[in-house]
Amino acid sequence: MSGFLDILYFIVPISIAYAAPLIFTAIGGVFSERSGVINIGLEGLMVMGAFVGIVFNLFFVDTFGDWTPWVSILVAMLVSAIFSLMHAVASISFRADQVVSGVAINLLGIAIALFSVKMIYGKGQTDFIQEKIPRFNIPFLQDIPVIGPMFFKSVYGSSILAVAIAILAWFIIFKTPFGLRLRSVGEHPMAADTMGIKVNRIRYIAVIISGGLAGMGGAVYAQTMTNDFGHATINGQGFMALAAMIFGKWHPIGAMGAALFFGFAQALAISSSGIPFMQNVPSVFLYILPYALTIIALAGFIGKANGPKALGDPYIKGSR
Amino acid sequence: MSNRLINVLVPVISIILGLLVGAVVMLVSGYDPIAGYIALWNGIFGDSYAIGETIRQISPYILAGLAVAFAFRTGLFNIGVEGQLIVGWFAAAYVGMAFELPKIIHLPLALLAAAAAGAIWGLIPGLLKATLKVHEVIVTIMMNYIALHLVNALIKVVAKGGFKTDKIQDTASLRSDFLSELTDFSTLHYGIFVALFMVFIMWFILERMKLGYELKSVGFNENAAQYAGMSVKKNIVMAMVISGAFAGLGGAMEALGTFGNMSTRAGFTGIGFDGIAVALLGANTPLGVVFGASLFGSLKYGANNMPNAANIPIEIVSIVIALIIFFVACGYIIRVGLQRIGKNKEAK
Repeated sequence: MSGFLDILYFIVPISIAYAAPLIFTAIGGVFSERSGVINIGLEGLMVMGAFVGIVFNLFFVDTFGDWTPWVSILVAMLVSAIFSLMHAVASISFRADQVVSGVAINLLGIAIALFSVKMIYGKGQTDFIQEKIPRFNIPFLQDIPVIGPMFFKSVYGSSILAVAIAILAWFIIFKTPFGLRLRSVGEHPMAADTMGIKVNRIRYIAVIISGGLAGMGGAVYAQTMTNDFGHATINGQGFMALAAMIFGKWHPIGAMGAALFFGFAQALAISSSGIPFMQNVPSVFLYILPYALTIIALAGFIGKANGPKALGDPYIKGSR
Repeated sequence: MSNRLINVLVPVISIILGLLVGAVVMLVSGYDPIAGYIALWNGIFGDSYAIGETIRQISPYILAGLAVAFAFRTGLFNIGVEGQLIVGWFAAAYVGMAFELPKIIHLPLALLAAAAAGAIWGLIPGLLKATLKVHEVIVTIMMNYIALHLVNALIKVVAKGGFKTDKIQDTASLRSDFLSELTDFSTLHYGIFVALFMVFIMWFILERMKLGYELKSVGFNENAAQYAGMSVKKNIVMAMVISGAFAGLGGAMEALGTFGNMSTRAGFTGIGFDGIAVALLGANTPLGVVFGASLFGSLKYGANNMPNAANIPIEIVSIVIALIIFFVACGYIIRVGLQRIGKNKEAK
């Protein structure tokens, strides 16, 4: 039994570390899609966040010292939010196909990032950062038996922030007037417009929030997992976050739960060889688990997952 | 301005805008855009070797573009071309390596295996869409990652723990000494003819067959097609299967022509995603896809010359391609702009 606990002590912290970036990004997706704008560009926005986070960290480590990773996350958030404006303008004002625009954002994100890295460093990846996101022991909670060492010992600060953001997002979306407007715009924009809600303004805000959160997710991933930036730094995390959002049924807490579960699958995949009863399971099954589960969830085998009604439709005033 | 003219102008303007913004990016980053585009041009058309390599690069782009375009015509967005291409690549590489047959059987068999693998990968989202109304975009994205990880695992099994499969037998190869010598020993292979033949097949299905008529009807208006007695479900599944088969053949180009094997991959090939751009630019018509693929294939291959000749990172071309997709996506606003210009002229 103690062997099993040891495995959990080992694997749960890794799972949480993998899940945190997914939580940020998936909640970004919740904001955008709840307002009716499909955001497949999460991957590209995460790439942008990871790139900006790492480069800022490398350049300003002398200025900000211990605070560098946090400032980097903030800057990554701002840059990705601005970058997501492209998607907002295309899909809200220019009535572009939101999926195509999202694909363009993905391609553009990685292209700009790699172009800039080559320009700045003359090679395919950046140097390694010195100041990483710090780990904390949470006072009192870490002393709880079993759960303490699993969840509250040497957690990344960013993981705590991720959980806080998930709860905050739940509060905003379900308990504030803005959240009500956000949801109404995504379900029935014409009705919302009749009630005097500025549909397009709400959608712009939502897409920008999603960009900012995806940027944070990317910066957190890069500054906890890889510590540098290259072409494979963000490799599907954005799509996995999209999957988490759907698996979590477009609900912030649900998305967090799904992200934690996907993080667990990833942690198992990388460490399965060290776990006695997992050795015989080919790691490929764990790698594809999040994606397969999303398909199963969408197919309605785990309760029907229905997106917002007006998802993907540009709102054209005056048309029925 | 006629609608037809506008339909042609929108992609042309998107390409010009993409190249222009690309030039601005180069300027801002301190590079010389004119030198950059000259290097790009020379990389594409500089000598017969470059031309051979460019045509070689275009073949998988044609097939990826056909795959996206074919699904589009039935109103489906197949983002899964990338995954279908990867499983097709593996299937072709495996059949090409593992069997010993005369060429006349082996090569078609390997191509067929690739098409079948891609078709199966398209069948799953097709079935889910037809029976359970699951949106194909998300399913195909997820299928891409499943394909990537699964094929990586399969390669390790086939290569007994190694990271690439053995080379295919000569009897399964698309390589051509004749084409290669013609283009100064480039890796140009017969794949381009396979691709062009598939362009014809797509045209034939869509324009000359009952199946194509039904597929297009479903794409135009599902309900009308239903009332006219067509099976919407069957057509959705068929569209995804055929689309997947095109994509799988795109993988065969890489397996049987360019590389002759398959290595494990950390990420995607990108060909499938560029296929979206190819199809959009070609307005989802077979001939349009050939033009779109020629443009993107040329850009992709020609970019290799940019770091050496003009000292510009190769990724500038990826930026330009992404921008072109973005501008094509914004076609509505370009259309509005063109119509306004047209009206102003009429008023005068």
